[in-house]
Amino acid sequence: MRGFLDNRNALGLVFMLPAGALLLVFLTYPLGLGTWLGFTDAKIGRPGAWIGLENFEFLFGDSVARLSLFNTFFYTVVASALKFVLGLWLAMLLNKHIPFKAFIRAIVLLPFIVPTALSAIAFWWIYDSQFSVVSWALVRLGLIHQYIDFLGEPWLARLSTIAANVWRGVPFVAITLLAGLQTIAPSLYEAAALDGATEWQKFRHVTLPLLTPIIAVVMTFSVLFTFTDFQLIYVLTRGGPLNATHLMATLSFQRAIPGGALGEGAALATAMVPFLLAAILFSYFGLQRRAWQQGGTDK
Amino acid sequence: MSETAHDSTGMAYLDTPARRWVTVYLPLAVFLFVLLFPFYWMGMTAFKPDAELISREANPFWIHNPTFAHFDKLLFHTSYPDWMWNTIIVSVVSTFASLAASVLAGYAIERLRYKGSKQVGLAIFLAYLVPPSILFIPLATVVFQLGIFDTRWALILTYPTFLVPFCTWLLMGYFRSIPYELEECALIDGATRWQILTQIILPLSVPGLISAGIFAFTLSWNEFIYALTFVSSSEVKTVPVGVVTELVEGDVYHWGSLMAGALLGSLPVAILYSFFVEYYVSGMTGAVKE
Repeated sequence: MRGFLDNRNALGLVFMLPAGALLLVFLTYPLGLGTWLGFTDAKIGRPGAWIGLENFEFLFGDSVARLSLFNTFFYTVVASALKFVLGLWLAMLLNKHIPFKAFIRAIVLLPFIVPTALSAIAFWWIYDSQFSVVSWALVRLGLIHQYIDFLGEPWLARLSTIAANVWRGVPFVAITLLAGLQTIAPSLYEAAALDGATEWQKFRHVTLPLLTPIIAVVMTFSVLFTFTDFQLIYVLTRGGPLNATHLMATLSFQRAIPGGALGEGAALATAMVPFLLAAILFSYFGLQRRAWQQGGTDK
Repeated sequence: MSETAHDSTGMAYLDTPARRWVTVYLPLAVFLFVLLFPFYWMGMTAFKPDAELISREANPFWIHNPTFAHFDKLLFHTSYPDWMWNTIIVSVVSTFASLAASVLAGYAIERLRYKGSKQVGLAIFLAYLVPPSILFIPLATVVFQLGIFDTRWALILTYPTFLVPFCTWLLMGYFRSIPYELEECALIDGATRWQILTQIILPLSVPGLISAGIFAFTLSWNEFIYALTFVSSSEVKTVPVGVVTELVEGDVYHWGSLMAGALLGSLPVAILYSFFVEYYVSGMTGAVKE
């Protein structure tokens, strides 16, 4: 017994058992099953038969599915770009010497902490077509004369959902980038200042290059979560108006669970995988750590 | 403009006060206002009587006659207390179960270095990147086949799919920072691996365990798509799903109780977070670093 427990391979296997078993049953197997379901005509309560690419062909010809693909890209690109710019800006503000720094940093993260479904309800109320506080303020300021129907018009709804997503994502980007900013030695800025660099040059040639590796990781996560976002859209619009805000994830839910077409929903979910892989590989190869960013020299 | 004062404030002395107001404090104030306004609005709405909620004349930023009616309705006339109880049970159990599994897995990958542990470490990281929204359909069929559909077990057993990879990844990084020599000494003194883990590694990893635990707890508390899909009876719903699916029906003047529900559902995580801000932040930044 003692010999068995001192064997690192045997003991390693025992230690891996709980985590490994859980992940195999509830992650690896469903991942394979999901891909397989995408090639079947499974419905709720009826196991499917293999139908090849039929689901994908159907979805390709389905205007709602194509619209959801466009929406997903639009949502991901615009929201990620805004989250990056605003998050980096906020990180740089928080990196300055300001009073109550620790407290401010703590409350900045609040939007990221609270359940998205619950903060989305607050946004739903803020976007209300009749009682919106934003409309109220704008009317009082004399900027508009009619209450804005934030979630009623296709393009307005797209932008409103993006705004809510950015609101939740900026703190995450800002706080993680702040951790990166804090590792940049102040002496580098002093050296740049002595060489007569302007603020912009310091940002462009000191901050940005040294921050690139962490930006790559943070934005990969951000793109990943935005691309597969579900709850915000589900709570705010359920995909409406006129499917204008349906993302691939919400459409896949709608087709599979209330609609009962498991195969079709699974095919939609499977169709997201190549895009996700592309995003991960892009950030991994395009922005990975260079030797000089770790204090070494480029080969 | 440039004083001779050289202190620890770096080069901030180069800024004039006016410039600092425009470039730092003003934008920061706008950020804070936008980020915090929805919470203020949640609070205002939760205590406002219905008459004020639908009035366009009154100043909406203040409450003239605060009321507890919405909380009363929520706590005594809906299943909200059940949802709260479910969320607590599911989050606590799945967090502790995931932590236990992750400690063993992380230690085995990082310190036992069994054959293939490197590949398993990479697989754990990839598992962390699998989003729930591509997994919920096949998982729903698995949950159904196991006969745990519409029970708390459906959530307790599926939440580890995102908690275990995250906690293991975080703890691997933490274990790596503990000197090997400590373990070697113990091995020479005749300690078993189990004794090393429980008496040397774990006491030294308490901050890492707290980080992973806090983060895992908030992730489970906030989970939505699994709870929406795998559970359908009101008695087993969690707070986010219950509020979204059951409080929204019918009644036009539901905003007060909706906001009260959102506020109460956010409070536990916000309070927990306020006690462990540093641990939470280190968990978050640790997860995105290597």
